[in-house]
Amino acid sequence: MNRIPTRRLAGQALAVAFLAAGCASPTVAPDYDAMSLAMIKSSFEAKGQATLSRLDQDPLQRACSGANPLATDVATKLEAVQMSAIKPPPDGRYLGDWKEGEKLAQNGRGMTWSDPVESPSGGNCYNCHQLSKAEISYGTLGPSLYNYGKLRGVSDPSSEASRPIVQYTWGKIYDAKASNACSIMPRFGEAHVLTPKQMKDIMALLLDPKSPVNE
Amino acid sequence: MNRFFVAALLCAAMQAHAQSSSDEIAKYRAMLADGNPAELWEAKGEALWKQARGPKKATLEKCDLGKGPGIVKGAFVELPRYFPDSGRVQDLESRLVSCMQDLQGFDAAAIVKTPFGKDEQVTLESLVAYVSSESAGMKFSLPQMHAKEKDMYEAGKRIFYFRGGPYDFSCASCHGQEGKRIRLQDLPDLTTAKGAGAAFGAWPAYRVSSGELWSMQRRLNDCFRQQRFPSPGFISDATIALSVYLGVTAKGGESIAPAIKR
Repeated sequence: MNRIPTRRLAGQALAVAFLAAGCASPTVAPDYDAMSLAMIKSSFEAKGQATLSRLDQDPLQRACSGANPLATDVATKLEAVQMSAIKPPPDGRYLGDWKEGEKLAQNGRGMTWSDPVESPSGGNCYNCHQLSKAEISYGTLGPSLYNYGKLRGVSDPSSEASRPIVQYTWGKIYDAKASNACSIMPRFGEAHVLTPKQMKDIMALLLDPKSPVNE
Repeated sequence: MNRFFVAALLCAAMQAHAQSSSDEIAKYRAMLADGNPAELWEAKGEALWKQARGPKKATLEKCDLGKGPGIVKGAFVELPRYFPDSGRVQDLESRLVSCMQDLQGFDAAAIVKTPFGKDEQVTLESLVAYVSSESAGMKFSLPQMHAKEKDMYEAGKRIFYFRGGPYDFSCASCHGQEGKRIRLQDLPDLTTAKGAGAAFGAWPAYRVSSGELWSMQRRLNDCFRQQRFPSPGFISDATIALSVYLGVTAKGGESIAPAIKR
């Protein structure tokens, strides 16, 4: 049953192709982009806090929905837009409490249709990154962040010398797309996944010399 | 299921280094696979297939899964496919619902609205276990002759890469690279024949963590939940298109469904 002779198979393929071509103008291929978008619109329903508006893509999401990497000039333009939207912490202080940061890094909850709206999101960090040496259950979708501050020579995060790396790190957490347009990392600040206070605590986990990340 | 044994093994795995943790978990899965509880669902499913049920008091023995009425063997590895009688490309769950409506008189729309694990969705869990088990060891070979089958492949591929939601995730965010994992959970690369074969070819599966038999539809539903997307309708076009993309990509891969999963 499975072994249809190749010649017959090819014949059927030709016949189908001929028929298909006969149904429509031979030069017009189906618009698969429109077809997939229409399918997405008709297939999903709102559930819990996950409303249908989550399917409305912003220009960056739309640009990053292809199978292939973006052209450099397109990526650069998108990155500039994201970069301009990064807001520094309201009080100008970049580092919070690394102990709270570790709790957030462990917490992978938040914003699914089964999470209560009022419950704050976790940072999801360990899902994709190695951080402290003690936690061996870490993901590998992102690079290892073990010794993140130490490797970058941060001995006093509040010093002038540390300022560039501190601001860069804030930008990465706030909007990873500012430095890599189609990064798979969420835009924790830009998309309001985490509050400024939560991001400061994660900053401390990464940069505080006393944090287990820098042991 | 010996939960103490599972817990002990997981603890042992946690104490080891991350690399060998995956090895330990693989060993633990191999041990469990010796006695996969999915067999209970298979047996129940076979009985349900042959049992007169529904308003029409009929069996499913005349259900056409794509290889002719009543032919179960080999049907699973060719699904989803186009069905002339419905005019649609259907996956296993969708086709079973059609048969339950046409042959047994059940209300398909009511089944679609039923939550997983309730009422006739429970029947479907057993039926997918039975039907998939009848293709165990066979290789995936989804037909791509009909224009609608090709359309579903192309749409499914685009849905796979569609980024949205507050986290900007698409299926590809987690399943587009080889050798990656979330925490200690290995992620199949669903863009390759090897990865898609191993993943698409494992569902339906018995899930140790919940003690339930999950269909591919339920697996996809939970993927979208974690993607922070809204909920995909049961047997909706987007889910079937995705399955066509995965199934065609998995061509030549061996079906081990119903498998056993974490």
